[in-house]
Amino acid sequence: MKIGILAVQGDYEAHGRMLERLGAGYLLVRTPKEAAQADAMILPGGESTTMLKFLKEEGLEAALRALDARGAAFFGTCAGAILLAREVRAPAQDSLGFADLAITRNAYGRQLASEVRSALSKLKPEPLEMVFIRAPWIDELGPAVEVLAREGGRPVLVRDGRILVATFHPELTADTTVHEYFLKLAAERARSSSNASASKPASSQPSTSESKPMPRR
Amino acid sequence: MDSSNGNTKNQWRVKVGLAEMLKGGVIMDVTTAEQARIAEQAGACAVMALERVPADIRKEGGVARMASPRIIREIMDTVSIPVMAKARIGHFAEAQVLQALEVDFIDESEVLTPADEENHIWKHDFKVPFVCGARNLGEALRRIAEGAAMIRTKGEAGSGNIVEAVRHMRTITGEMRRLTTLRGDELVHAAKELAAPLELVREVAQEGKLPVPNFSAGGIATPADAALVRQLGAEAVFVGSGIFKSSDPDKRARAIVKAATHYEDAKAVLEASQELGEAMRGLDVRQLDPKELLQTRGW
Repeated sequence: MKIGILAVQGDYEAHGRMLERLGAGYLLVRTPKEAAQADAMILPGGESTTMLKFLKEEGLEAALRALDARGAAFFGTCAGAILLAREVRAPAQDSLGFADLAITRNAYGRQLASEVRSALSKLKPEPLEMVFIRAPWIDELGPAVEVLAREGGRPVLVRDGRILVATFHPELTADTTVHEYFLKLAAERARSSSNASASKPASSQPSTSESKPMPRR
Repeated sequence: MDSSNGNTKNQWRVKVGLAEMLKGGVIMDVTTAEQARIAEQAGACAVMALERVPADIRKEGGVARMASPRIIREIMDTVSIPVMAKARIGHFAEAQVLQALEVDFIDESEVLTPADEENHIWKHDFKVPFVCGARNLGEALRRIAEGAAMIRTKGEAGSGNIVEAVRHMRTITGEMRRLTTLRGDELVHAAKELAAPLELVREVAQEGKLPVPNFSAGGIATPADAALVRQLGAEAVFVGSGIFKSSDPDKRARAIVKAATHYEDAKAVLEASQELGEAMRGLDVRQLDPKELLQTRGW
């Protein structure tokens, strides 16, 4: 299984380091061709306006939609969460809409409001450390969305089926819990979609067994 | 100076964290809200709000100071991306004003006229992150010791000439490579030569890179310039006069954004380089009087 990390701008290397620590193979995705090689995708932190421009103008949006249609798992942190949301506010902007939630950009305030906090989650007994940087608020959730963690009463880590969304940056901590959770989710999805394609003659066979780190391009 | 408790450590992490978020992107100098809008729409990951771009500061002379808070505020109200602003070297009161204004990043910049010819701002005192220029590894590590959360090579601002940015990036990465080859007991002497704190020298020797993101600035005028410094190790680029002193700023801004991301893909850089109109005229740095150089400000 290969995890693609959208690498047009932002802290994609921090996600890569996390996956390296977990021994998971990944590739940096800057083109539609690279996106097509991924079995699951991480959309990192950074500037959502910059990333959106690349998605719109370089065919990446269509490539990510094709991955979504194949049933791949997605994980977005901060700007990535904004790209995945159904609706984006303040200001309104386009998004992929894979996760049934509405999100407000820079809702805590400017950089001076950026902070490291911690809160309980459903992923482990101890509190999760959460790095918020000019972070958004999730302010509406669809009925099927499961809240995995709240901080200050607000949902900050949620899951809509195979779409995982964090408004903070687990990739900027030493704790691999959230990435492990996503890898499990991605592996389940990759397995079920490869089972589905095994019943039909598949044109592209997703690889499921390999989990060796692959060299960075 | 802050006590070294967990709070200070977390403050440092969110400062460097914002710098991490800007990687792979282009930070553009803007002097009006309208330019800021053009920059954001072109894909800038942040803008630097200032009153005059470096090329004009160079031409017009006089004392260059922090921009008017009114202009900075207008720019902050116009765009949703991070807004940076420049303070004079050592002018901590300007930095206090910028922090009170709630800018997202402060550039303690040699482009403005220095306020202190010995001391830089003690940046650990601030909650807002700082970026500082450097020409070599020792200078970069001194700035980090003072609390800079991002380093940018200085280049020669307002020149439209990439030669100094290249020199400074090669110098810093070369000096870092050299540190990784030294024995542990040789690092004290290396720290002495670099005039940098031993702890940071040891960290660089261990990791082979700066403990904060390392960006490039000062002379980037074309998509190929951006691709060049990215391949030499810059994690993102600042473009000052290069965009709004060109004949078609919108097109050029988009092209440089594209090249900064696809810096290893020559075909993409070629595509970005076509039909751009004229680049800023630029200066031969060797013809400049040493007194006119901005890069020698800062110590």
